[in-house]
Amino acid sequence: MKTLNRVAVALFATLLSFGVSTSASADKTKVGFIYIGPPGDHGWTYAHDQGRLQLEKELGSQVETTFVESVKEGGPDAERAIAKLAQTGHKLIFTTSFGYMEPTLKVAKRFPNVKFEHATGYKRADNVSTYSARFYEGRYVQGVIAGQVSKSGVIGYIASFPIPEVIRGINAFMLGAQTQNPNIKVKVVWVYTWYDPGKEADAAKVLMDQGADIITQHTDSTAALQAAADRGIHAFGQASDMIQFAPKNQLTANMNTWGPYYVARTKAVLDGSWKSQDTWHGMGEGMVVMAPFTNMSSEVAALAQKTYDDLRSGKLHAFSGPINDQSGKQVVAAGAVADDGMLAGMKFYVEGVDGELPK
Amino acid sequence: MLDLIIPSVMTMMTAATPLIFAATGELICEKSGVLNLGVEGMMLVGAVFGFIGATVTGDPYMGLVIGAFSGIMASLIFAILTLLLVSNQVATGLALTIFGTGLSALVGANYVGETIDRIRPLYVPDAADGPSVAQLFFGHDPVVYLGLLVLLACAGFLSRSRWGMILRAVGDSDVSAHAIGYPVIRIRFAAVAFGGMMAGIGGAYLSLAYTPLWAENMSAGRGWIALALVVFASWRPIRVLFGAVLFGGITIVQLNAQAIGLGIPGAIMSMLPYLATIIVLVLISSNAMRIRLNAPACLAQPFRAER
Repeated sequence: MKTLNRVAVALFATLLSFGVSTSASADKTKVGFIYIGPPGDHGWTYAHDQGRLQLEKELGSQVETTFVESVKEGGPDAERAIAKLAQTGHKLIFTTSFGYMEPTLKVAKRFPNVKFEHATGYKRADNVSTYSARFYEGRYVQGVIAGQVSKSGVIGYIASFPIPEVIRGINAFMLGAQTQNPNIKVKVVWVYTWYDPGKEADAAKVLMDQGADIITQHTDSTAALQAAADRGIHAFGQASDMIQFAPKNQLTANMNTWGPYYVARTKAVLDGSWKSQDTWHGMGEGMVVMAPFTNMSSEVAALAQKTYDDLRSGKLHAFSGPINDQSGKQVVAAGAVADDGMLAGMKFYVEGVDGELPK
Repeated sequence: MLDLIIPSVMTMMTAATPLIFAATGELICEKSGVLNLGVEGMMLVGAVFGFIGATVTGDPYMGLVIGAFSGIMASLIFAILTLLLVSNQVATGLALTIFGTGLSALVGANYVGETIDRIRPLYVPDAADGPSVAQLFFGHDPVVYLGLLVLLACAGFLSRSRWGMILRAVGDSDVSAHAIGYPVIRIRFAAVAFGGMMAGIGGAYLSLAYTPLWAENMSAGRGWIALALVVFASWRPIRVLFGAVLFGGITIVQLNAQAIGLGIPGAIMSMLPYLATIIVLVLISSNAMRIRLNAPACLAQPFRAER
């Protein structure tokens, strides 16, 4: 039955760019998920789906979950998919990509009794919460590692879209790397997609051609990591532990752990305590976890572990001053840390990043 | 500079090859008067079965053969529906894409994360020597050469061979071709199957050489680009080759330009491959007379043998 559902989902997904698999049962609360890619991407969507599975495991007697995969961002496709879930009796709907922001708000207006949770966005309503993870903390740890491991001093960074979440990651990576090697260079390539294994791999190859000896990516597939592994250079996993794809090359990976949040928010809907709010959890709350530090010397691993521990305990903030932007203007004073407002709306590169930020 | 150009050309050919296969196959199919919009689906089927084949047999070239075969199988579903049961070609083609996407995701679910022995280049220079010009000619993997050969063979077949003329006749006027005794349906079956085989190889190339992995929906729209190439190249094989290489080339150039940091907005850079390919192909094919000459007149028209 499950596989049949899967075929049905896949069939619909491409026909109308979305499809819904549901099997109704009256007494369970239905929770819906909208995914940007397939759960099999072993990255971003995979991590969300792990969260959904944890929700089913913990509250399976009370809730029933539905997911719609590979829903295009923005525009009518996302809106239709979200509205479809709302129409079919889902009481809580998680929309798990930045581009679902406007569609989520639009649909939420039409269904005031349905609760919505939008990942990585910044616009809320009475029945729309936002939630995100401080991925940048993981990027900072990656930067520290890269600063130590890179021999050429050039890092290749594959970025998706120039939105604050991605820019924050690049900056945090740079700041981490600069603590180890002040002259480190980060080359950024924007691929303008979250998921296109071919293009991600092409970008990785191009960056390696231009001298990068470590690749990191803010896209969803494993292709960049594997392209790096193919040439025997180091790289990072993204959104989930990708060690099986590059056992000799992955240094570590940012892992997003959504399960506890999904469980907590669903419980809130069940007992009626759900309120619109903004959640931004990091390593301290366990929403961002680092995969084991591999393929590096024990000294570097110890340094990475210490950075990780300090970020987790709050002793260290990834954006600690003094921080200058590319033009040399000080944006965070010495002794201060960047506030959440600045982080959430980040639209500048820190000093040292190569290239110009797309406007 | 050479250090940058040579690897870029190498990557460009890799990016162009899946398009060359899929577009050449579709071109032959359309020349016979059948519009198969299922290229994306057939590519995914080829990619997943090619990958599974390589995993099971341990030989990526066996995978390529299996990918080609699975592409034929997928296209035969389409052929039976549209040619024997005379269903609408556009709708059936779309359905084939949807089916291929779903089927590949389903059968491939257990193979996500598997690693295979990939298709490797014929010749790799010593890393110490850096890139060499010889690499440009001999450094691609065998499938790249195969793609070029098949494309040239198809160009010759269409313009110079008797069977190529018959194929074109079937695509231009199925009724006349039928009247002088050619088996229209059988010829179209063969053309559709050839298109399926080529799309299957193009897909398998993605999962066996381009990015040696299986990931759901990994063709990411390349089937649609191949379809567009055929139209913009006004059904001329050499222009398909030109368009595919141009598309692959600009993709790589724009990534390189970004990495160098030329300061051109990335959004525009990302648009460039599509924009440039369309503009250039439209310009070289702008003669309306010649387009009409090349476009198969019976494209997507159903055919029933009356007598």
